[in-house]
Amino acid sequence: MSTEKIKFGRSNVFFDPFERRPGPIKTNMHYCPGCGHGILHKLIAEAIEHYGIQENTVFIAPVGCAVFAYYYFNCGSISVPHGRAPAVGTGAARATPEKYVISYQGDGDLGAIGFNEFIQAANRGEKMAIFFVNNSNYGMTGGQMAPTTLPNQVTMTSPYGRNVETEGYPMKVCELVNALEAPVYIERVALTGTANILKARKAVFKAIENLKNRKGFSLVEALSPCPVNLKMTAEQVNEFIDTKMTQFFPLGVLRDRSAETPAGNVPEEPVRDPEGVKKLLFTAKEEGAADAEKIVNNSELFNDERRIRVSGFGGQGILSLGHTLADMARLRDFNVSWMPSYGPEQRGGSASCAVILSRKAIPSPLVDSCDLLIAMTKAALDKFGYQLKDDGILIYDTSAMEKPEVKPGQKVFGLDALAIANRIGNAKCANSAVLGALAAILGKYALTSEDAADYEKVFTEAITESFRKKPKVVEQNIAAFNAGRDEMSSQLA
Amino acid sequence: MAGKKHRIQISKDECKGCGRCVPACPKKLISVGKEINIQGYLAVVASEPENCIGCGACFHQCPEPGAITIFEIEE
Repeated sequence: MSTEKIKFGRSNVFFDPFERRPGPIKTNMHYCPGCGHGILHKLIAEAIEHYGIQENTVFIAPVGCAVFAYYYFNCGSISVPHGRAPAVGTGAARATPEKYVISYQGDGDLGAIGFNEFIQAANRGEKMAIFFVNNSNYGMTGGQMAPTTLPNQVTMTSPYGRNVETEGYPMKVCELVNALEAPVYIERVALTGTANILKARKAVFKAIENLKNRKGFSLVEALSPCPVNLKMTAEQVNEFIDTKMTQFFPLGVLRDRSAETPAGNVPEEPVRDPEGVKKLLFTAKEEGAADAEKIVNNSELFNDERRIRVSGFGGQGILSLGHTLADMARLRDFNVSWMPSYGPEQRGGSASCAVILSRKAIPSPLVDSCDLLIAMTKAALDKFGYQLKDDGILIYDTSAMEKPEVKPGQKVFGLDALAIANRIGNAKCANSAVLGALAAILGKYALTSEDAADYEKVFTEAITESFRKKPKVVEQNIAAFNAGRDEMSSQLA
Repeated sequence: MAGKKHRIQISKDECKGCGRCVPACPKKLISVGKEINIQGYLAVVASEPENCIGCGACFHQCPEPGAITIFEIEE
């Protein structure tokens, strides 16, 4: 009886089948026939398997043809914005030092848009391995000129050939990195003939070994065939790389300090406690809120979530009005979110903020329908009026607009806040007058008398906290608050 | 290694017909076939698969993860 065992076959580091890949074909990668990505993927997978680091590998997929690398590699994966792989890799390598970070990038990603991230990460000697796939064009978008395109090479965007007078020379990435102190290992390989692929395999293994021993920054540049965009057969493209590309991109080891670099410390695997983290993030606050003594304002109105939109133009105190509301709720143990949105101008332009007050965790700070809308300009009302719920409350500035039409269930109140603030002697207090008016409105329609009194108390606390270095401003704001409340009370009476 | 026997297996439907493996085989066992596979490519075929010497050249040339598998036969 003879038995067979696999000598060369599909790596266990690949998913089998590629379930994440859409479409009916789950066994193949999506790359074009003859593409070098597949060859390099296999070498990396083999090395990951050989060094036994699959469980702790973070594979960073670039933007480019290899953007879907996470379909294939059965390890931790992150897909990052164009060129940002070394930046994200830095974060991953530092925040989780027990992981092994592999960044896989093409020439548009690494050589053009992300070159700064890349060279800075190399200069810092981040503990990661970068595989740079150089195919002399932008493959994914249809073969445009790349930083690595050879002189006189015809591409989609260099139909007369790359002109070095206007477009410069091919970017020699490995040589540039070799000018830096920190990198440990730099090699350029070619994915062409079998001898070259075996050298590439050795280089990939070396880079992964350095990664495993935490020696520092390793770069392997692979001259990779792109037969489809170069419009060549498999043999022609190998010849093109071996004869033309290597003239500008000589193969070989540019630097290998692996032997003299001491292995880095292997950090201990941190204790993972996902349940504890979840509890800390999402339930601790709610448990605290259940503590009846802490909650002063437990009126029904606030038992659930309240969404508020404050809008007007910049300089009216729109953002600080929302912020004060959020502060007031925070002082009464609500979870709050405050999200401002304003134009580039320092003064003027439109400004608005979204405030959420909730007894529960707030999953998102976005507000697209609100219980309370405060509109200080006509434009703001036009922009956000539709967001007001059918039973919502609208407060508008009477100096800015006529009384707006509202739906039957909605309540609308007008206030000339600026006139009130001017009477106090500080136009900047107009927003406190609005909060005062809100006190009167809530006191009449929503809050019980105890809570209504508490609303005033918490306003004083919040405003004192905000302006604790300016007692005069606190005084004026409280005066504006009182004036706004009195004005609104007389309207409601 | 001498004396060990090997066998090459090509998964017809995983081949994209790029032809990289054809010149790589030192024994010239692989050629582009005449049948179109499920993906619409002319898949390569191995004549005399049991004459494979197990060098792995075609496997390393192949960009697909599992299109080529080489078995070592233990007597």
